[in-house]
Amino acid sequence: MNSDKKNPYLFLLPYILLFTLFIIVPVLMAISLSFTNFNTIESPDFVGFLNYINLLTQDEIFMQYVLPNTILFAVIVGPGGYILAFLLAWTLAQLTRGPRTIFALIFYSPSMTAGIAMAVVWRVMFSGNQAGYVNSIFMQLGFISEPVVWLQDTRFILLIMIIVALWSSMGVGFLAMMSGVLNVDETLYEAGAIDGIKNRFQELIYITIPSMKPQMLFGAVMSIVSTFAAGAIGVQLTGANPTPSYAGQLMVNHVEDYGFIRFEMGYAAALSVVLLLIIYLFSYISKKLFSET
Amino acid sequence: MAFKSSGINPKKFHRSQIKFYLFLIPFSVFMALPIVFIFNHAFKPLDELYAFPPRFFVQNPTLENFENLFQLAEASGIPMSRYLFNSIFVTIVVVFLSILLSTMAGYALSKKQFKAKRVLLEINNVALMFVPIAVMIPRFLTVSAIGIEDTFFAHILPLVAMPVGLFLVKQFMDQIPDSLIEAAVIDGANDLKIYWTIILPLIKPAIATAAILAFQLVWNDLETSTLYTTSENMRTLAFFMNTLAAQTNVVVGQGMAAVASLIMFVPNLILFIILQSKVMNTMAHSGLK
Repeated sequence: MNSDKKNPYLFLLPYILLFTLFIIVPVLMAISLSFTNFNTIESPDFVGFLNYINLLTQDEIFMQYVLPNTILFAVIVGPGGYILAFLLAWTLAQLTRGPRTIFALIFYSPSMTAGIAMAVVWRVMFSGNQAGYVNSIFMQLGFISEPVVWLQDTRFILLIMIIVALWSSMGVGFLAMMSGVLNVDETLYEAGAIDGIKNRFQELIYITIPSMKPQMLFGAVMSIVSTFAAGAIGVQLTGANPTPSYAGQLMVNHVEDYGFIRFEMGYAAALSVVLLLIIYLFSYISKKLFSET
Repeated sequence: MAFKSSGINPKKFHRSQIKFYLFLIPFSVFMALPIVFIFNHAFKPLDELYAFPPRFFVQNPTLENFENLFQLAEASGIPMSRYLFNSIFVTIVVVFLSILLSTMAGYALSKKQFKAKRVLLEINNVALMFVPIAVMIPRFLTVSAIGIEDTFFAHILPLVAMPVGLFLVKQFMDQIPDSLIEAAVIDGANDLKIYWTIILPLIKPAIATAAILAFQLVWNDLETSTLYTTSENMRTLAFFMNTLAAQTNVVVGQGMAAVASLIMFVPNLILFIILQSKVMNTMAHSGLK
């Protein structure tokens, strides 16, 4: 009986150990560093809330570009990508297995290409001279009369980032939701039909979604996290941090800018903490939407 | 008349499915375009890479770009095989450990009763939102504090604990009826036996998904090579491809960059194709009757 009490902890121990070391400790360190002034050479000085006060009152770039860009990017790519992923998952579940597998593969593939290697391909496609693929196609179609320098043009950077991020957003949340739709108990649909469900839309709202809330929530959290982690693409696409006129600057780039370019680690840590809080807020909202109780 | 329901997971093609194809086909063309592009671009000879007007599809496929890439690696002093070995070794170890740890922890969190359970679950759920890139500096400080910098441990240990993997595995385990485990307990099975002979075989879809996740995370990871290693021969393929990609404004670079993307992407694709069919199979058998 005694060993029965200890067993759960033994099963958990290896995970908890690594989890604490590489996730909990770094987050706690980020929080404590955010109250200091730290240049990586001298030991950190405690400065209280100064970093946060500076963030709100002094950092014009943050208020003028980074925050609005991040919100716009997050609102379109987050919920937008999520709704798209759910619609695709649901639509795919209406098909027979063979075609479903092929489509799922096509939709999921882009999320596997994440990383800088793919950014190179986008750079080639959106290349700024008339030999660039997008320029060439748009000029042939007559949309534009002369080549556009897509990735340096402040009007288009954020838009291209959003398209690329949406393109690669059918990740694991999409797969989880597809398995969710497929695993809904079929007798529920039969019962629903008897209770007067008239079409697929009603079926979706009253049966499918309520029966797959765990997968819906998982998908939501995944899309939030990947949205904020995808922030790096602006720098990868334009090849510069900061991005031209800060047009594609997101929170993650701002953290890197202060952390690894200016070596103001205390301020970078404060930015990280704000970023983590924003992510937490979004996830909290989704939890309210999809929690089962 | 009652609505004739459930087109979900149909066995045969039916006319009513045409509308879904009309929506899916154009969309999948858009999604597949950049991928098809890499495949074509990687095999283009120099004159086609810079053809005007640019052509999407390759006309005279060649392995020139592959040869250039391997030569470049030779010239930099570290053979490509070294990067490849590092990547494969690190990836296999992380995927294996991550699945082992997630399923073990998942079993405890899903099927056992103990005091700290609720708190631990809550902490892991919050950690789902963890974005490593946001705390790279303190993570770097941790790695150097434990003294594993520039070793394989620096590649492996930071990536093993995956909150997402654990969450997914635990969610799937919750669907296993407790009665199965109670029956095994009556037959005298201990926790280790239940975990190994009952739980693991039943959660194959979750394991497959967790494996894909872990694989992608490690295979594409740049953080460990960039920040936690200092010697060139400890770095991974992803890192080498990244340095390569950084210098692609030179003329031959484009073709090589496409090859690099292809080499990074294809293993992901193959693994997914293998595991995807497994996930689908297991699901087809798991009671949609």
